[in-house]
Amino acid sequence: MDDLVAEFLTETNEFLQSLDQDLLGLEQNPNDKDLIGSIFRLVHTIKGTCGFLGLPRLETVAHRAENVLGRFRDGALHVTPEYVTLIFESLDRIKMIVAALEETGGEPAGSDEDLIAKLDAVYEGKAMPAAAAPAKTPEPPKEEAARIPGMATEEELEAAFAAAEALPPEKFDQISNKEATVEKQEPQETRPQAAAQHDDKHDDHKKDGDKKEAPSVAQTLRVNVDVLEDLMTMVSEMVLTRNQLLQILRSQTESDFAAPLQRLNHVVSELQEGVMKTRMQPIGNAWSKLPRIIRDLSIELGKKIDLEMRGQDTELDRQILELIKDPLTHMVRNSGDHGIEKPKDRVAAGKPETGKVILDAFHEGGHIIIQISDDGKGLPIEKIRAKIVSNGLATAEEAAAMSSQQVQQYIFHAGLSTAEKVTSVSGRGVGMDVVRTNIEKIGGSIELRSVEGKGSTFTIKIPLTLAIVSALIVESAGQRFAIPQLSVRELVMTSDHGDNRIEMIKGTPVFRLRDRLLPLVSLDGLLKLKRQAPASTKQYIVVTETGAYDFGIVVDRVYDTEEIVVKPVPKILREIDLFSGNTILGDGSVIMILDPNGVAKVAGDIDTSDSHDAVIGDAMTYATSQQKTSLLLFSVGDNTPKAVPLSLVARLENVKTSNIEHSSGQMMVQYRGSLMPLIPFNHSVKMADVQEKPVLVFSDNERSMGLIVDEIIDITEEYIDVQLGSSQQGLLGSAIIDNKATDVVDVMYFLKATHNDWFKSHGDDPFEGANGSGKKRLLLVDDSPFFRNMLVPVLGMAGYEVTALDNAKSALRMCDEGKKFDVIISDIEMPEMNGFEFAQKVKSGSGWQDTPLVALTSHATPEDIDRGIQAGFNKHLTKFDRDTLISTLSQTLSEHHRAQQGRAH
Amino acid sequence: MSAQIKDSHDKSMDFLTILIAKQRFGIPVMQVQDVLGEQSVTTIPLAPPEVAGSLNLRGRVVTAIDVRCRLGLDPCNDDEATGMSVVVEHDSELYSLIIDRVGDVLTLNDAQFESNPPTLDPLWREVSGGIFRLEKELLVVLDVPKLLNTVHG
Repeated sequence: MDDLVAEFLTETNEFLQSLDQDLLGLEQNPNDKDLIGSIFRLVHTIKGTCGFLGLPRLETVAHRAENVLGRFRDGALHVTPEYVTLIFESLDRIKMIVAALEETGGEPAGSDEDLIAKLDAVYEGKAMPAAAAPAKTPEPPKEEAARIPGMATEEELEAAFAAAEALPPEKFDQISNKEATVEKQEPQETRPQAAAQHDDKHDDHKKDGDKKEAPSVAQTLRVNVDVLEDLMTMVSEMVLTRNQLLQILRSQTESDFAAPLQRLNHVVSELQEGVMKTRMQPIGNAWSKLPRIIRDLSIELGKKIDLEMRGQDTELDRQILELIKDPLTHMVRNSGDHGIEKPKDRVAAGKPETGKVILDAFHEGGHIIIQISDDGKGLPIEKIRAKIVSNGLATAEEAAAMSSQQVQQYIFHAGLSTAEKVTSVSGRGVGMDVVRTNIEKIGGSIELRSVEGKGSTFTIKIPLTLAIVSALIVESAGQRFAIPQLSVRELVMTSDHGDNRIEMIKGTPVFRLRDRLLPLVSLDGLLKLKRQAPASTKQYIVVTETGAYDFGIVVDRVYDTEEIVVKPVPKILREIDLFSGNTILGDGSVIMILDPNGVAKVAGDIDTSDSHDAVIGDAMTYATSQQKTSLLLFSVGDNTPKAVPLSLVARLENVKTSNIEHSSGQMMVQYRGSLMPLIPFNHSVKMADVQEKPVLVFSDNERSMGLIVDEIIDITEEYIDVQLGSSQQGLLGSAIIDNKATDVVDVMYFLKATHNDWFKSHGDDPFEGANGSGKKRLLLVDDSPFFRNMLVPVLGMAGYEVTALDNAKSALRMCDEGKKFDVIISDIEMPEMNGFEFAQKVKSGSGWQDTPLVALTSHATPEDIDRGIQAGFNKHLTKFDRDTLISTLSQTLSEHHRAQQGRAH
Repeated sequence: MSAQIKDSHDKSMDFLTILIAKQRFGIPVMQVQDVLGEQSVTTIPLAPPEVAGSLNLRGRVVTAIDVRCRLGLDPCNDDEATGMSVVVEHDSELYSLIIDRVGDVLTLNDAQFESNPPTLDPLWREVSGGIFRLEKELLVVLDVPKLLNTVHG
């Protein structure tokens, strides 16, 4: 971009900001001549420069706005809110054009006719609303622009008036007719020129004066932000190097370097402070737009709102300033829109008609605190409570039990807006959750206090800077990590016994911290760190404070606090929520910086999910066919007892025989609002003469079916070791359970029998037992516990030693641990990492890349199969087809075997 | 990127040759920032397996990539490994590619260049920018951006 244009843009942006403020001031004091003069001058300067730079569109708008301002200045027009709005509109247009100019380097295409028509109408003395006749614009703007030289003020004004005089005669008639009715302006109409000239001279004089004064006001230098950023980076490096040097010094008892290093230490600290200062900006910069927003809001909503700003001079890092700008704007808008009531409601509530929104910023202990408070109606607790329930965020009982403080916190949830109507301003339910996320992103927190009827106060706590933070260095399983000091509340040392003991609730560690129960996460468990030796019982709890909740991070050791330079995480690792960056320590090693909010999120997820991984402490446990399985034993007729894995059974029900209905030869029962097919285990199930029959309900997602049996016998834990295959349909074979020969039920068979549409056809051939030679190790990855439990016995029965996992990530972990399998079966649709990704990962150089991989899906389109093969699957199978599954498995294995042998030769 | 490589060796181009599992690879010399000896690397928990960790290179954090793992090869256990790595910049981040050993810089002529054989292992095809026919062996051009892009893809 042209240097001149770039400078113009910087300048204009500054002008526009002060114009906003001046105009607001003008609205308060319509008679402030000085203010009008200063506004006029600013607009004039903008106009002049654009003429010079050849920006016709910008110039035209500025010019017409200046005309109107000229009228104010002459006293020909009285400043009214409508006029101010019009000028604001022009400023917005100018801003829009300037923004486009910044982006593209040229003026955007488009027409300003509408705006110009309005401005001209006001200028010509017509009432604004009546002036919406764009066609009557005296001249096309471009011509006008071309005609104005753009530098000399008087000439311009003259030219403008010449343009006005060049109006067609009928237009003049119109004006004079209107003038009589609208305002008493006729007398001035004839003499603005003189007045304007006079004022302009005065202005010019003043301007000169300003110029002379300028240097003494503030000696500033415009420096490119990039230069400051570079400086900051270099200082950061210097801080690191200093830390290294000091570390070396500490290990030496006597050194000639000691004195100069101390000095260097001081200088670097001061330099760091100084450079940080250059990045500091008063928070008022982020607020400059707010008065305007509140003003527009109050007009739009018919409210009276005062915005009071305190502590504008409080300085903070410009990077942070940028990041909090939008959240702040949003919150102030919210206060005006949701918080402040309409004047008559306020009077009715015994409050002054004009509502107040107060913004306050101040330093407190290394943080910046920003408070946004209003004296409006406060948060409607009951409304939010109702909303929580209707949005399904909590049940009615849970919601009723919540304290009002707890209820209020829900406004930070996504999708909860209490504004009954969605206004153009707010109420779309995306807002406070985004605000909170943004604030947490910069390591801050947000709190809310609200009293219904009295008002609300939001308190935002943010760090001073992001570039250098002080962090606590901790160690877990031999690895060091940094935790930002900002979120560390206290440190506790634990011991085996006594008060400082970690207690367990169903495997979840907690800690009694004074009168509260603190949830704990252990860092090694969270990060899946491998330990050489078991952790000592003397551990440390880093009590961590986040927006979501407080918790303790259990670590092995705590080192000191260090000033660290935060470096962004490389892209490869961005997906890991737990780290907010990395840094280089004084000893030169690289360590990761933990993100407490990420830790809270991940830990919270773990706590609520039914993950099969043991979260903390113990090694992961896997469900393998070598483990004991809970079995439900039942009988049908007087035959041998039957067994089915308990985990497959969703529920046990007693169904009244009178409730059983028949439809197209299929028994049905109405069950939980839908029809559930029933199937007797076999023909020997006696249906007559009984009022109720026990039914085993199997269900997966929405589908369920009931298996009618004669009697439920027992639940027992046994190894399933099917020893004899069965040719009888519906049975896998026989096993010894509780010292009795028991038939193991093939649930798949019954599922197929009831849900033919879903399950693929079933060959009637009896199942051929697996090859007797040594058991093949098989890994099954499927997120559905139902299928896992169903397939483990089936595959175990076919002679495989089955390991079942519920997600691909833990599978990859096993791969890393060096576990080996002969064949892997993976589901495709899985949360977090789907089967395709899993296959890619496995095939791209993991220890399993040579292991055959079979995809198992509930639906397989040709595209899916193609994709699967591309991802690295050797075979693609549909679920529920036991025989094909078994035969494909053995086929795949033998093919693979041959291929390997071929390779060996 | 592969197009770029083709464009740019209209005549000839310099490649730093490296050895991985006895296969010769080449990285365009202009992309190489540094060649490092064995470094102490901090492992990163939960990172993808091909990320060996991060290290400090003169005050900058460099992410170490285990190229063997990336190429689907077994971890290096022969004595040939030197633990050397080649530092490249990608998307203004530094990566050090851990390879078995570093060889000479070769100036290779376009006439020796050939695009990937279609039968090449898909994983290799993805990261190979083409093949150069050397006198005694073949050199696979490592397409660094692709190698690194797909690491997290």
